[in-house]
Amino acid sequence: MAKLPSGLKGLLDCVLTLPLVLPPTVVGFFLLKLLGPKGPVGQLITAWWDTKLTMTWQASILAVTIVTFPLMYRTVRGAFESFDKNLLYAGKTLGRSNAWVFWRVLMPGCRQGLMAGTVLAFARGLGEYGATSMVSGYTPGRTATISTTVYQLWREGNDALAYQWVGVNLLISFAVLLAINLLERREKTVKWPAGSPEV
Amino acid sequence: MLEVDIRKDFGKFKLNVSFSADRGITGLLGASGCGKSMTLKCVAGIVTPDAGRIVLDGRVLFDSGKRVDLSPQERRVGYLFQNYALFPNMTVAQNIAAGVRGRDRARREAMVADMVKSFYLEDLERKYPRQLSGGQQQRVALARILASEPHALLLDEPFSALDSYLRWQVELELGELLSPFPGPVLFVTHSRDEVYRMCENVCVLDHGRSQPEQDVHTLFDSPATVSSCLLTGCKNLSRAVPGPDGRVACTDWGVSLDPGRDIPEGTTHVGVRSHYLRPVEAPGENTIPCTVERVIDDVFSTVVLLSTPGGGEGYSRLRLELPKEAWAALSSRDSLCLQIRPEDLLLLKD
Repeated sequence: MAKLPSGLKGLLDCVLTLPLVLPPTVVGFFLLKLLGPKGPVGQLITAWWDTKLTMTWQASILAVTIVTFPLMYRTVRGAFESFDKNLLYAGKTLGRSNAWVFWRVLMPGCRQGLMAGTVLAFARGLGEYGATSMVSGYTPGRTATISTTVYQLWREGNDALAYQWVGVNLLISFAVLLAINLLERREKTVKWPAGSPEV
Repeated sequence: MLEVDIRKDFGKFKLNVSFSADRGITGLLGASGCGKSMTLKCVAGIVTPDAGRIVLDGRVLFDSGKRVDLSPQERRVGYLFQNYALFPNMTVAQNIAAGVRGRDRARREAMVADMVKSFYLEDLERKYPRQLSGGQQQRVALARILASEPHALLLDEPFSALDSYLRWQVELELGELLSPFPGPVLFVTHSRDEVYRMCENVCVLDHGRSQPEQDVHTLFDSPATVSSCLLTGCKNLSRAVPGPDGRVACTDWGVSLDPGRDIPEGTTHVGVRSHYLRPVEAPGENTIPCTVERVIDDVFSTVVLLSTPGGGEGYSRLRLELPKEAWAALSSRDSLCLQIRPEDLLLLKD
């Protein structure tokens, strides 16, 4: 992407970040218009596989992916941009392939950014309600997510069961954040030089 | 033999460099921001020039006319970065192994062991770069580069990341480690001292333009241009107009001097090094009557700033450097006559 002309890069950047700024319901609305039985993609899916994508669990995964993607994209891009380019050049002049330089030098060096992106995206994904409820609705056992279930149970006045789901949610969040913290602590043993000198 | 002839337009800044470097160390000397590092990046294949040709031992690395542009991997040019660019997530041994080409594991291990030995890294193999001193980091970086068996070496300000007390030691080491290298070595620096000590030939860069490469001693003894004169540390310069009588009128100093030789076509400036100004008792041939403006006490010498008949500002001012005792012997007077021997007067072009 870095090699694209700046105009195109700016446009792509905007499109990729847009779901972060748009209200989730608007994202859900667009997805419905695109994937719904009457939408262009929805019609193709019906024509090829004789099925529909909306109101399925696959649709909620897609919606969550789209809503959380900008967080991952922005953080990782920031990490890539602040990475010391000389390390990449060094790998290349030593005769190492571009793939080697990417996987062995750039990715380990950007691990902090990748993890930060994962945490943010996870947090956002776990709390996602608007877009998923629009594209996949609420079918218990099929498309219900924790957040839609809690909402539904509260509406029905079933507080006891709602509390149970809230507990499950808290447990998952704690476990993931704890794991990330442990990883980060280990990570601190490797220090990366900040910034590169004059180009 | 490395032949470079490249041009690249950065808008405000234009790079236009042409030189060739044989076996041994060739210096690229220039002030910061003059395109030295950019030239190295073009040779290594990190940056693509707009036009020109780069040939290493008859192998064309880049030719805009024939659309040849080898990747950095194919060029086999080693690049020692200013900050050494060691991979921080790898140990010293892993860093060196990263330089070894090919998939043969036994060969890689043998090469690493060999490099560790010849670069005095025996106890450091399992350490990470951040645990090493600047000099050690440089040795690892160099070992890693030589493990990749380059056909030419590029050194980008190799001492700039070091504390000044370490530099001298590392410079000696680097000279020894590089002496068996069979190919051309380009050494980028802004330090005239490093060039004088390390290089055989030197190419001066000024605002992205290169001057013809020359022998280091020629450059220091008789620099031909104002920029190379300044880079070699000469601080006394005056605009000059050649007269019909074989003398030069030094407009900034307000005197006329005899260079004792034919004045080359296009001479615009004259210069004289601070060490070659000789205090004399009375005015005579090639003397400049001066008034003492300021005396600066340096570590081992005394620097005296003097105003000339041309004035006491900018280029009109002369800088005299003397051993401390010599200045004390002059008993701190306020006016002084300075003599310039004809052979010490540098005739320069802009």
